[in-house]
Amino acid sequence: MKELIKYLKNYKKECVLAPLFKLLEALFELIVPLAVAALIDRGIGGNDTAFVLRMGGFMVLLGAAGLAFSITAQYFAAAAATGFSSKVRRALFKAVQTFDFSTLDKTGTGTLITRMTSDVAQVQNGLNMFLRLFLRSPFIVFGAMIMAFTVDLQGALVFVVLIPVLFIVVAGIMRVTRPAYRLVQSKLDGITGRTRENLTGVRVIRAFHGEKREEESFLRENDELVDLQEKTGSISALMNPLTLVIVNLFTAGLIYVGAVRVDHGFITRGSVVALVNYMSQILIELVKLANLVVLLTKAMASADRVGEILNKERPEPGEKQGFPPENGDVPYISFDNVSLRYEEGSDLALENISFSVNKGDTVGVIGGTGSGKTSLVSLIPGYYKATEGSIRINGVEIGDIDEKALREKTGMVFQKTDLFSGSIRDNLLWGDPDASDSDLMEAVNAAQASEFVNEKPGELDFFIEQSGKNLSGGQKQRLTIARALVRHPEILIMDDSASALDFATDARLRSCIREMARSMTIFIVSQRAASVMHSDLIIVLDDGRIAGMGKHEDLLRENEVYKEIYYSQFPD
Amino acid sequence: MTNQLTTIKKLLPFLKPCRGLFVLALMAATVSSLLTLYIPRLTGEAVDCIIGPGNVNFHGALMIIVKIAVCACLAGFFQWIMSILNNKMTFEIVRDMRNAAFKNIERLPLKYLDSNPSGDLMSRVIADADQFADGLLMGFTQFFTGVVTILGTLFFMLMIDWRIGLLVVVLTPLSFFVAKFIATHTYEYAKLQAGIRGEETGFVNEMIAGQKVVKAFGREEAVLRDFDEINERMEKASLKATFYSSLTNPSTRFVNNTVYALVAIAGAFAAIGKLMTVGELTSFLSYASQYTRPFNEISGVITELQGAIACAERLVDLIEEEPEIPDPVDAEELNMPEGRVRMDSVCFSYTPDRELIRDFSLSVDPGMRIAIVGPTGCGKTTLINLLMRFYDVNSGSISVDGKDIRKVTRRSLRDSYGMVLQDTWLRSGSIRDNLTIGNPEATDEEIIEAAKTCHSHSFIRRLPKGYDTYIGEDGGGLSAGQKQLLCITRVMLSSPDMLILDEATSSIDTRTEIRIQKAFHSMMAGRTSFIVAHRLSTIRESDLILCMRDGNIVESGTHKELLAEKGFYYQLYMSQFSGKAI
Repeated sequence: MKELIKYLKNYKKECVLAPLFKLLEALFELIVPLAVAALIDRGIGGNDTAFVLRMGGFMVLLGAAGLAFSITAQYFAAAAATGFSSKVRRALFKAVQTFDFSTLDKTGTGTLITRMTSDVAQVQNGLNMFLRLFLRSPFIVFGAMIMAFTVDLQGALVFVVLIPVLFIVVAGIMRVTRPAYRLVQSKLDGITGRTRENLTGVRVIRAFHGEKREEESFLRENDELVDLQEKTGSISALMNPLTLVIVNLFTAGLIYVGAVRVDHGFITRGSVVALVNYMSQILIELVKLANLVVLLTKAMASADRVGEILNKERPEPGEKQGFPPENGDVPYISFDNVSLRYEEGSDLALENISFSVNKGDTVGVIGGTGSGKTSLVSLIPGYYKATEGSIRINGVEIGDIDEKALREKTGMVFQKTDLFSGSIRDNLLWGDPDASDSDLMEAVNAAQASEFVNEKPGELDFFIEQSGKNLSGGQKQRLTIARALVRHPEILIMDDSASALDFATDARLRSCIREMARSMTIFIVSQRAASVMHSDLIIVLDDGRIAGMGKHEDLLRENEVYKEIYYSQFPD
Repeated sequence: MTNQLTTIKKLLPFLKPCRGLFVLALMAATVSSLLTLYIPRLTGEAVDCIIGPGNVNFHGALMIIVKIAVCACLAGFFQWIMSILNNKMTFEIVRDMRNAAFKNIERLPLKYLDSNPSGDLMSRVIADADQFADGLLMGFTQFFTGVVTILGTLFFMLMIDWRIGLLVVVLTPLSFFVAKFIATHTYEYAKLQAGIRGEETGFVNEMIAGQKVVKAFGREEAVLRDFDEINERMEKASLKATFYSSLTNPSTRFVNNTVYALVAIAGAFAAIGKLMTVGELTSFLSYASQYTRPFNEISGVITELQGAIACAERLVDLIEEEPEIPDPVDAEELNMPEGRVRMDSVCFSYTPDRELIRDFSLSVDPGMRIAIVGPTGCGKTTLINLLMRFYDVNSGSISVDGKDIRKVTRRSLRDSYGMVLQDTWLRSGSIRDNLTIGNPEATDEEIIEAAKTCHSHSFIRRLPKGYDTYIGEDGGGLSAGQKQLLCITRVMLSSPDMLILDEATSSIDTRTEIRIQKAFHSMMAGRTSFIVAHRLSTIRESDLILCMRDGNIVESGTHKELLAEKGFYYQLYMSQFSGKAI
């Protein structure tokens, strides 16, 4: 909640004006009974038809003024609510942009999406109603109490007891239902997640004809959601009936107190009627308030969930230096006894890794599935922080290098080929927004993608659908490589990014990349011996540890693990 | 408006099951509203017992006070019952719609799912359904009490003075006209808002799923700019939708206030002409103001419903989207096929303007191992889409054991194949959940046995909770290779009659791959299998190697034959040994 308040600060004016105009409207409404009273006393009493018409006209004017005030209030409320929610959505999106990789791993995509959409919509709706009604209802409730005091002190004491009782009921129900609404939203997360999975994994689900089972699980989860919604709804639906009962019981009490007071001659019968009328005004207002409270409780539960995301730990942008210049005395990149553990309590993903690399070298990283290849190269651009040991570039600890500067110098080709909906050009420009078409084509050529890019209608303008649905796996891989090349990185990391390419293309790819930039340091992670055998340095990983390092010929002579890998691919 | 009507018509089947609840809710609303209307009368009677000092009928007053208390409690109780019933109706209607939408997602042709952003489809099932529920709930709650209050007050008004009562009745529709006028305009804005919301969800979905790439390329700011663009449009549309829909209430209130003023004037003239007493006018006016209030609420509900229906429309569109052509009624079951697969002059294209597979024919004998090689984009994956009947051929036919696959049930066809795709899809759930997708009845022993055969047992065992380890969406922290191993184990466990491997081992190291292949070989002995692979080492043992290029087979034969031909395959094969620099 608290963390969201600051997004209202641009809407101070709206937040004050909306309730204020609403208040004015309420005031005008309160004048109407006075006008009616005058109409009866002077108009009918004095048989004055002209006065009746004047008063009638005055009432219509009051209505028109009320309309104008009310519309103004609605506008300011809508402007504040939609503006606020748009700021909050933006803040959420921005917060996600600053999450580090571990936070992203831990937070699911589904929940981030519901929080940015459904929860923010709830908050927007809540704020809108709140601004319209929150001044008005207390105004009328307390106003009625004050008016009661002017009528009779003892009678008014009934109001003094009533208001805290109502407050306790309203607050109590909110207290109980707020966590319940949070639970409802988290169940909704579950349903969102399942829908998402079924859309992304449709082929596997159909291949295993899992449709029935998926339906059953969805139906079950949906039932659970509805159960919870109904339970929560029943509690929050108590609000209206309870206030109805309480206010009427107090009215009954008030009549009794009034009867005694009249009997003793302290007040007149008319005063009792007036007191009862004030009581019913409170009731009418509370009915409106009750609806608002349900809405507000939901909105607050959603605001909590939104706040959770905004509150997530984010790396502090400290004073860091730029990308370090070359320094002849130290190796370009060096790992010194580096270990990595993703989560506390889990096994080490990497253990005691030490090696160094010269500028312009090609480094091959090979090893079995789960041996830590991806973990190793993810450390270089600082995606994850090493648990132990130090990693240096040109002698400088990478933790001391500005993250942005470091990432600008690295070109990463991930295992997972994420492309985004947009033209091929849009996707490639991610590498370098200032690149010209000829720069792009140079990268496309080197990535062996020119053949299919040229064949696509519109070439660079060819529209890639969401997550590259209209491209084959190999095409996606080559575009992700081209995207990394566009930025002319100092360090290029290709994480098993030629797996969908045939060997000939893979070989051409490697030689073209090398030709494109002689001084670029290249890390190639691969399962294929052929992809790494020409590297200046081959690192053989086994179970998170270095099993061997060196050139192909040496490793083939001495290293058992490498030999096994090599001969499994080249049996002759 | 016609749009809305058709949507409402389509919603009817979902509303029908609630008829019973609807009647009950209406009854509860009637009882509670009538009791609530009765209380002011009781209050009046109580006041009549209090005349002046020393002249108070305490006995009568107390009786009435007790009556008030009982009425209030009963009214409150029935109001609560009504709310519970309303909740039940709303949530169950929306539940059924969500279920229907999800069920249809499971049945839609891949063509539809491949061409619609999943973010937008999700937004329909989640956000739009929610909005609809909110609107519906508000509708039910306010509608019932509103209707009863209107009828009740109308009755009392006509009792007091039928002429002015009629005036009220005649003027009432005015507020409805105003409400309707505003509602028609609001509907468009509500629809616009829902559309942009879908777009925004789609964008957020895509970017957050690819967040690591965004960060690696330092695109945070650029992406935020794109987001801002959509978000700003969203803000504008949302402001319009919210503002215009909130106009209804003040406008109808204004109309009602005017009616009230007219009644006051008419009543005053009647009183001056001695047709009515002042007391009657007072109670008439109080009923008149009670009478108009529900109109405000109902018109408010109508605008809320406009938005709700706009959302429901998007949901209903998804529910009504044409599902896959159902299996023909006389579809045969493919029961443990021998694995004789024939493709006869198959032509296929995803889009009419670009033919992908042309006149493709292939005959596979039972137990054959078919390898498909060729440059990327040559149509290998498409072939699998056709074999599995994810897509239907444009012309020609595919048959298994002599039966056209369009004439057998999809279920039995897909059941016959075990498929491991390049895209390793895992669901959030335990490792066990993921492995047993194809064979939910598998015992722990069978699971471990399969995992050992596929060499996934050792890494699974090392995970924090072994087979019960929960993996997040999209495999969470597992490496690509580990995910592939899980996908292979999954297929191994379902022991299919035929096998399709599409680059199934591309991220697995070759040592493990060879061991897995041995396992596959023993499992696949005598069963037909299709293997798409780039690593030619993995397919040398195949009975038939098809070299594809641009949707056609350019060469076919065994490894030895093809090498001897010194053609396309030879080039591909030799290229692995070409020792180019880097």
